[in-house]
Amino acid sequence: MAYLELKNVNKTYGEGKNATEVLTDINLTMKEGEFVAIVGFTGSGKTTLVNLINGLLKPTSGEVLFKGEPVVDTSHERGVIFQNYSLLPWLSVGQNVAMAVKEAFPNEKRKFVKERVEQYVEMVNLSPAISKRPKELSGGMRQRVAVARALAMNPEMIIMDEPLGALDALTRGNLQDEILKIWSKDKRTALLITNDVDEGLYMADRIIPLRPGPKATLGPEFKIDIERPRDKTELNDNLVYKRTRNAIIEYLMGIGEERKATSKEVYELPELAPKSFVA
Amino acid sequence: MKQSVTVNKTQDLKLANAAKAGLSKLKIKTPKFDLKTLAKKFAVPFISILLFIGLWHMGARALYNVEADYKIQKALADQGQVAADAMAACIASGDISCQPNTLPSPVQVWESFNTLIADHKVISADKLAFKEKTAALNEKRVAEGKAPITYTGRPSFVDQIFTSLKTVFAGFVLAFLIAVPIGILIGLSETLRNSFNWLIQIFKPVSPVVWLLLVFMIVKTMTKDSNSDSAFIISFISVGLCAMWATLVNTAMGVSSVDKDYINVAKVLKLGPLQKVFKVILPSSLPLIFTGLRITLSVAWMVLIAIELLAQSPGLGSFVWEEFQNGANDSNSKIIVAMFIIGIIGFLLDRIMLTIQNMVSFNKNATT
Repeated sequence: MAYLELKNVNKTYGEGKNATEVLTDINLTMKEGEFVAIVGFTGSGKTTLVNLINGLLKPTSGEVLFKGEPVVDTSHERGVIFQNYSLLPWLSVGQNVAMAVKEAFPNEKRKFVKERVEQYVEMVNLSPAISKRPKELSGGMRQRVAVARALAMNPEMIIMDEPLGALDALTRGNLQDEILKIWSKDKRTALLITNDVDEGLYMADRIIPLRPGPKATLGPEFKIDIERPRDKTELNDNLVYKRTRNAIIEYLMGIGEERKATSKEVYELPELAPKSFVA
Repeated sequence: MKQSVTVNKTQDLKLANAAKAGLSKLKIKTPKFDLKTLAKKFAVPFISILLFIGLWHMGARALYNVEADYKIQKALADQGQVAADAMAACIASGDISCQPNTLPSPVQVWESFNTLIADHKVISADKLAFKEKTAALNEKRVAEGKAPITYTGRPSFVDQIFTSLKTVFAGFVLAFLIAVPIGILIGLSETLRNSFNWLIQIFKPVSPVVWLLLVFMIVKTMTKDSNSDSAFIISFISVGLCAMWATLVNTAMGVSSVDKDYINVAKVLKLGPLQKVFKVILPSSLPLIFTGLRITLSVAWMVLIAIELLAQSPGLGSFVWEEFQNGANDSNSKIIVAMFIIGIIGFLLDRIMLTIQNMVSFNKNATT
C-alpha cells in the first residue's frame, strides 16, 4: 500500500465563469521513508498542491489518500514547513515551538514540553535566541524556527513548501544538510516543493516536475540514483547527477518554450521618442 | 563652452554639499552640546508658545477696547456726557463693577488659575477640619448603625477634575466591557457581522446629547426607588455608549482580518476553537483593539464635558456651565482655565493609552 497517494486530483478555485482550474489530473504515489521533490515554476500551483496534501484544502475532484485514509483535515502526522515561515510574531522562538509541542503532546507535563522545546531549538542551533521574537531574527533563523516547530511535533511525514526559497545560498546549503540529517535519522517521509533543481537533486530520491498552471499537472518522474550521504562538491563530477540534471533542465526548458509558443498575442508598442532638451 | 561651465558648477555644488554633509555628520557625533538640536527641541516650541500667548494677549486687548468703547458710547447715549466720562474713568481705574466682559487676557487667566488653587486649599482645609470635628461623632453614629455625616460643602475645582476623571473611567470601563466582547463575536462570525452592521452604522453617528437623553429616560425610571447618584450613573453610561463604537469597529475589524498565515498555523497545529481565539486571533488583533480603545478614551473625555454640562452631574463640564451662568467678573477666565485643564488631561490620557498600546503591540510601530 502506498504511503501517500493522490488519485486524479483536480483543484478549481471559484465557480462558474470565474472558475480557474489550478491543478488537473495530479497522480502521485509515495512510499514510506521516501524523499520526493516537486520542482516547478513560480505560480504553477505548488502551494495549492501542498495545501491539498496537508489538509488545508480539499480537492475539487479526485482523492488524496494518506496511509489509505482520505485526507479531510490537517493532522499532526503531517508536519508542514510553510514558505513564509508563518511564525507568530507576538511569541518568542521558544514559545512558538512550545505551542506546537503542547498541541502534539497534550498529555505531557510541563517539564517534558520545556525539554523538548530546548532540544529542538538546540537542534537548529538557535539556543541563544530562544527568548527572542521572530522580528529580531534574520530570515534564515526564522526558517530554522519553522523547521524546529514542524519537527518538534514528531510528524511521520514532513511537507516542505519552498522552505529555503527566500534564503541566501550559504544558509540554504546549511539548512539543506540539517533537514537531510533529521530526515535520515528517523527515516521519515519527506515531500519537498522547490523551484531549485539542484536542491531537489541534492536532497531527494525522486524529482517530479510540475508543469506550469493553469491546469498544472505532474510531469514524468526522474529517479536520482546517487548514494547517500551525498557530497555537494563531488556531486558536480558525478555522471548520474550530470545526466539527470541535464534531463530535468531540458524538460523544464521544453515547457518554457511551449509556454512562449502558446502566447501569440502581439503587443503593439506606441511610437514614442525621448524628448530632446537640446533643440 | 557654456555647457562645460554649468557642469563644473554643479560639480562644485555637489562637492560643497558633500562637505556640508560631512560636517553635519561630525556634529551629530556630539549631540549633547549641539546647538542646532537644542534649538529645535526646546527653543522652537518655546517661541511658538510665546507667540501664541502674545497673539492671545493682543486679541484680548482689542476685544477689551471694543467692549469698553461700546460701554462708554452707551453711557453717552443713555445718560449723557457726565455719565460717559464717569464710565471711562471707572474702566480706566480697573474697578470690578464696570469692567468690560470679554475674552480674558493670559494674565487674567493665570490669576484665575491661582485663585482656583487657593480656593482648593481653603476648601480642603475646611474639609479636613470638618472630618476632625465629626470623627468622634461619626464613630458613634456608625456604632449605632446610622450613616456617618459627610461633608456637603461646595466642591473645589480640583475635586471637579477628579469627579470628571472618575466618570470618564467608569464610562471607559463600560465601553471596554461592552465593545470588546461584542467586537470579538462580530469579528469571528461573518453572519453576525452582516446582521449587526446596520445597527452599528446607524448608532455610531448619534450625537452624545441624544444618547444622554435616551439613558436619562431609562435610568430615571430604574433608579426611582433607590437613592443612588443617578446623575453620575446617567453621565457615565452615556459616555460609555458614545465612546464604545471606535473600539467595537476596530475589534471586529482586527478579529476578522487576521493574517491567513496565522490561521493556517492554527489549523496545522490543530488548535481547538477556543485556543484558536485566545492564542492566535486575539493576540494578532491586539494592536487594532488598542488603537480602538485609545480613540474611545479620547472620545469619552471629549464627550464627557458636554454630557456633564447637560446632566447636571458634577465635574469639569458642570463647572464650565456654572461659571458661564454665574457671569461673575472672573468667570470667563475660569472657563479658559478649565479649557486648558481639559486639554492637558486629554493629552495625558492619550499618552498613557499610547504607552500601553506600544507595550502590548508586537510590531512596536504605533505612533502619534
